[in-house]
Amino acid sequence: MSGRGRRTTLAAVAAFAALATAGCGGDPPSGGADADGRVTGTVTVFAAASLTESFTRIGKDFEAAHPGTTVTLNLAGSSALANQINQGAPADVFASAAPKNMATVTEAGNADGTPSVFARNQLVIAVPHGNPKGVTALADLTRPGVKVALCADQVPCGAAARTALDAAGVALTPVTLEQDVKGALAKVRLGEVDAALVYRTDARAASADVTGVEFGESARAVNDYPIVALRDAPNPAGARAFVAYVRSAPAQAVLADAGFQAP
Amino acid sequence: MPAALLIPAGLGLLFLVLPLAGLVLRAPWTTLPQRLTEPGALTALRLSVQTATLATVFCLLLGVPLAWLLARVEFPGRRLVRALVTVPLVLPPVVGGVALLLVFGRRGLFGGWLDATFGVTLPFTTAGVVLAESFVAMPFLVIAVEGALRAADHRYEEAAATLGAGRWTTFTHVTLPLVAPGLAAGAVLCWARALGEFGATITFAGNYPGRTQTMPLAVYLALETDLESAIVLSLVLLVVSVGILVALRDRWMTNA
Repeated sequence: MSGRGRRTTLAAVAAFAALATAGCGGDPPSGGADADGRVTGTVTVFAAASLTESFTRIGKDFEAAHPGTTVTLNLAGSSALANQINQGAPADVFASAAPKNMATVTEAGNADGTPSVFARNQLVIAVPHGNPKGVTALADLTRPGVKVALCADQVPCGAAARTALDAAGVALTPVTLEQDVKGALAKVRLGEVDAALVYRTDARAASADVTGVEFGESARAVNDYPIVALRDAPNPAGARAFVAYVRSAPAQAVLADAGFQAP
Repeated sequence: MPAALLIPAGLGLLFLVLPLAGLVLRAPWTTLPQRLTEPGALTALRLSVQTATLATVFCLLLGVPLAWLLARVEFPGRRLVRALVTVPLVLPPVVGGVALLLVFGRRGLFGGWLDATFGVTLPFTTAGVVLAESFVAMPFLVIAVEGALRAADHRYEEAAATLGAGRWTTFTHVTLPLVAPGLAAGAVLCWARALGEFGATITFAGNYPGRTQTMPLAVYLALETDLESAIVLSLVLLVVSVGILVALRDRWMTNA
């Protein structure tokens, strides 16, 4: 190999190394508690997609209450988040939309302490404004010409929908089983379906486009939302502080405002 | 062989192959047979192969003439048209799905008319899956065929014309055989892209087993509950697609 070739290789390796360190250098310090016991640094919160609006707000309030902290949210389906945590994702807190996905994390030994329920959610029938198909109960969804989107059974909103439909004795064939609650809601907003079973909080967040129709059987399929600090949290003090904050009065007011029920 | 090329080439290969090795290593080999015979997996696989094949046929019917137009016909705005053809390549497929809904959906520009006139709606149907896959996969075919057409020697076509062949005969008997390797490569790329399509499909056609739930959608939902199931489904998709590509390559693309 010529000297010229070797220099090129070295340059390539150096460039690669520079890229690699640049990727790491951008990370903020992991933080923790300073000498006075105050919480600092970044708190990484993995939260269910249905918490998008409320946790964005609660994260800002937490930063204001604990100067020097930054809340980073990773919002996705609870089961995907549970998988990421069990695969070693660097998360401090996990807020799940269902106890089942929380159990995935606790059974793998990745929780620090016992999860606590901080909110409850229940289903409504999301319909376009004016309710053109006149939907007032679950049974109306089986009428011919009414297209319905449900969440897939694998995700919490789908499991809740299944429970509610079974409780009502309604056998419903949806046109689609969506990957998450926002997907089901989007099909209503786009006018492709006439109704979807979504959480009350999602219908409220989309109130510009849809109306939420309450129905009796939804009380039979109430979803508990548990939260826990994680065992391998990069910022354990921040994790515990955030969990405590979510259970405090100001955060509970934000959740109630979004349509959640108190535990 | 300069090491300056060999080392990054080896790293590149590792980068592409290691994730596949990860899938193979994590696969639950002991429960594999029973997972494979689960009816849901086979239904999704059959639907995937069917829709990807139909999408490829659809892309051939429209994409080859489009490639010919771009390669052989001088017209104003040709560069713009070529850029437009490649838009689905850079568009996030989910956005492609929404765009399809805005045109072919029940309230869409064209879909509304279809529904009102014929009572036909495309979203949530198998035809909708084919449409979504075609939208995302067609640029691969058009680009490959256009490249082949540009590289092909015009003089053969001119010779055919001087010998009295009509334009259509020249196209089918001279031009198409000339670009056959490029056509095959484009069709294979198009099929492979359609087979793996996820975003546009779930957005436009939704997800319902047996009707619109293709393999990638089944993998995504399996991931919600059961990592091992998702790995098995992915491996099946991998084996089937690699198998078909290798078989086609041996038969059709030996010169490519």
